[in-house]
Amino acid sequence: MISLTIDGHKVEAIDGSSILEAAREHGIEIPTLCYHEALQPYGSCRLCVAELETPRGSRLVASCVYPAEEGAVVRTHSEMVLRSRRMTVELLLAAAPQARAIQELAASMGVQEPRISLSDSNCILCGLCVRACREIVGANAISLVNRGFSKEVSPPFDIGSNACVGCATCVLVCPTGAIRLKDVLTNRSVHGWESDFRRTACKICGDHYLAPELTAQVGESLAEPRV
Amino acid sequence: MTTVRTPEELGLLRQRLVDGRDPDQPRVSVCCGTGCRVNGSIDVIEAFRRELDGQRLNGDIGLVGTGCHGFCEKGPVVVLKPSGVFYQRVGVDDVPEIVAETMVNGAVIDRLTYTDPATDKKIVYERDVPFYQKQKRLVLDLNGDIDPTNIEDYIVFNGYAALSKALLQMKPEEVIEEVVHSGLRGRGGAGFPAGVKWRLCREAKGDVKYIICNADEGDPGAYMDRSIMEGNPHRVLEGMIIGAWAIGAHQGYVYIRNEYPLAVENLRIAIEQAGEYGFLGRNILGSGFDFSIQIRPGSGAFVCGEETALMASIEDRIGEPRPRPPYPAVSGLWGKPTNINNVETWANVPLVICRGAEWYSGIGTDKSKGTKIFSVVGNINNTGLVEVPMGATLSEVIYDIGGGIPGGKRCKAVQLGGPSGGCVPSEHFDVPIDYESLQKLGAIMGSGGMVVCDEDTCMVEFARFFMDFVQQESCGKCVPCRLGTRAMLEVLTRITQGQGKEGDIAYLEELGEQIGQSSLCGLGQTAPNPVLSTIRYFRDEYEAHILDSRCPSHVCKPLIQYSIDAEKCTGCGRCLRKCPAEAISGAKKEPHVIDQEKCIKCETCLEVCKFDAVVVE
Amino acid sequence: MDFQPIFDASEIDDLLNGKRDGENGSLMGVLEEVQARYHYLPKDALILISESMGVPLSQTYGVATFYNAFSLKPKGRHVINVCTGTACMVRGARKVLERISDRLGIQPGETTEDGQFTLETVNCLGACALGPVVVADGAYSGEMTGARAEELLRQVMAEVETA
Repeated sequence: MISLTIDGHKVEAIDGSSILEAAREHGIEIPTLCYHEALQPYGSCRLCVAELETPRGSRLVASCVYPAEEGAVVRTHSEMVLRSRRMTVELLLAAAPQARAIQELAASMGVQEPRISLSDSNCILCGLCVRACREIVGANAISLVNRGFSKEVSPPFDIGSNACVGCATCVLVCPTGAIRLKDVLTNRSVHGWESDFRRTACKICGDHYLAPELTAQVGESLAEPRV
Repeated sequence: MTTVRTPEELGLLRQRLVDGRDPDQPRVSVCCGTGCRVNGSIDVIEAFRRELDGQRLNGDIGLVGTGCHGFCEKGPVVVLKPSGVFYQRVGVDDVPEIVAETMVNGAVIDRLTYTDPATDKKIVYERDVPFYQKQKRLVLDLNGDIDPTNIEDYIVFNGYAALSKALLQMKPEEVIEEVVHSGLRGRGGAGFPAGVKWRLCREAKGDVKYIICNADEGDPGAYMDRSIMEGNPHRVLEGMIIGAWAIGAHQGYVYIRNEYPLAVENLRIAIEQAGEYGFLGRNILGSGFDFSIQIRPGSGAFVCGEETALMASIEDRIGEPRPRPPYPAVSGLWGKPTNINNVETWANVPLVICRGAEWYSGIGTDKSKGTKIFSVVGNINNTGLVEVPMGATLSEVIYDIGGGIPGGKRCKAVQLGGPSGGCVPSEHFDVPIDYESLQKLGAIMGSGGMVVCDEDTCMVEFARFFMDFVQQESCGKCVPCRLGTRAMLEVLTRITQGQGKEGDIAYLEELGEQIGQSSLCGLGQTAPNPVLSTIRYFRDEYEAHILDSRCPSHVCKPLIQYSIDAEKCTGCGRCLRKCPAEAISGAKKEPHVIDQEKCIKCETCLEVCKFDAVVVE
Repeated sequence: MDFQPIFDASEIDDLLNGKRDGENGSLMGVLEEVQARYHYLPKDALILISESMGVPLSQTYGVATFYNAFSLKPKGRHVINVCTGTACMVRGARKVLERISDRLGIQPGETTEDGQFTLETVNCLGACALGPVVVADGAYSGEMTGARAEELLRQVMAEVETA
């Protein structure tokens, strides 16, 4: 077991856990966007930053990826952390102003109108869909394409992917509802491009199409707000 | 080709090669680095070959095409050895005369010698050229002497002697100690002690380890590594093999950017020859140590100079950095302990091993040992590659070596470290070049790119240029860099277009601070540096743009106006005819006028006017 | 475009056999060779390479779009590269770029309608002493100005006409 200090509290953590895991074990809440328990942490949204003391002063680290180390002193809501978090949220709001999850996050942090307007896309490039498709489903149907500000999620060549199994896991993990699911008769289309993709066999059960009950279930869970 | 199987055989080979060469034999050294090639040095060397053949002198006079000599401004550079006669701007037509007059008759050709602008005197010998005098060329020492595609040239000059010593006379831990004691710090920019990094990797758990040479020199304006790899690739290889021995790695990679075709080719040839001669492969020099090196191409992504993105690229993935820890020394390429160092760092290693840590740590300052190579470019008279001991001042580099600013203009600032670095204004040019002193001024050593800005440089536009570069090169993974630098770029662009708002500077500072603290990798963490440092030292220029809608350096087009001075204008009509926007009107012999609404500010009129009548405000 | 080599699957196969087990069994190395051969990455080539190397197509496609060296669209017959590194910029590369861009009627990254010219920028070729530098069809020209850029274009276009 590792012993470290978070927000003044001495906490014990399992060797190999991250600061985020150690904090949550002890009821200390740190907001996240690109983190998911079932996936390898990615460290891209920077919302979960925490202040770590070092001999040369403090620095911010992403708590979802930074390991809980023996004797570490961490602050999760210090001024340094809050200033960074507010800026991150303001930038996200500037890029995805209509995404409800981002609006709620901003409101909870007292971030009002962003000082700049960057884009209007609900996709915040957290990468959860790509990572889920790769790590959990194993279909590798979508990936991150392009670079920098033009980075986006796309199947190869921007057309329906042969590798997609239509499981809609990507829809499930997306925090902002950027991926749209449309089920019409036996055709399922994901994200909005009308692709008549082959329903390849589900790797787990072998069925060639999704049962209506599952479709309905996914539909119902999507009707609820994603947090 | 001789396979060398033991240190003794290496010694014998070297002796045989040295004996077979006459050090007093006259020879011609022609610079065939990329810069001089663009100016036609390949044609020059071909001309020498033809001339020497034609005159039947090729037995008596040697000819060698070398790597970059460093004095790029004066290329093509030709140096006659052993006398050291230095000829600059040599053309194909000069060759017969050089052979007949200088090589045969010993007469110096005035028009080809270098004139020192400070004294107006002609300088005949390379060693007297001011550009070279204050340099301490240790890493670049052989660049003017050897053919980089001939390993035997390197062996003649004691090449692979350090490897022999390390493999057969030192234990791996002893090699690491030597490098630690030398004080050698990484030359890629971060300045982390190389020996300490090696030790971390050696101590990491695992049997499979890797060595990487980061040759993805991406800072625009920096070409130190290119010149090392073009001119003396074996020095880099030797350093890597020694490092691999110390760490316990058996496979190495050189990640080299594809924009350097000559360096890639020379490196490829060097690796092949090193393998043939027995310095790479199995049981090197009879030590029982196996090591091989592969070249991996960069594919046009500045972010792949960041070590975790570089490794992702070698792993056939997109160049997205990943958070650290774990550090590459513990978990790197394919999850194995990996040691990555920059080209220049590797090139220093054979020097440290051969001549010792004691000698090496005698050069430089207290905390910054050895020499550093800089590419001095921009508004400078002597553009070129400069190697100085740590502790030399910026002033010495810019004025004594660099020859000052063209046109006698004032030097405003110097930019170090490319898109990750800050600028140092002229009032601080007495700063010694070492890691700590530069940091105090808000700048960094960087990899060695040194861009000189004269008084006509707009520092706001300069900062905007770097932010634009960062936006093009950002991998896009993390929010602060992807979106934050976009925001900074939009604000900077507005300012340079005359649409700056009150509060913009404060917003830039806030964004800069947060992006610096919150970004995932070094690219994002350092991206705000050029902006923050120009705000620190040139706030007045920002304020002029924002509050007065004025660009004091007359660079930002929307903020400058072109007009014609009626007193000077003769009405010749040249500008009227050439103006692509048909914005100039006027009768023959009458002063012409520029219509501001139509003017597209292309400066064609300024270029063609023979009467200096176009006024820039 | 009649000057583009036609995509040949067997050529790609040969390339893969040579690269896969040998020294340079890397995806990036294979893509670079294909790019050099065809001046872009044909879709069918990417699919073939992915299948052969056991790399998910989405990964190959992601790599193809991430790195500047790769192009998914065919490039023009003549590629004009303007160096926009710091040293060249400080010496006036922007004006050179604008002049070429105006004359060709395309922005950097674009190809002319007739498929003859592609204009690109590159972040430093390492020939800083000669800045601003323009590379046209692999041939370097240094100390460029707006006027010299016009002249260079005139020369290249004249070759196009006589070709």
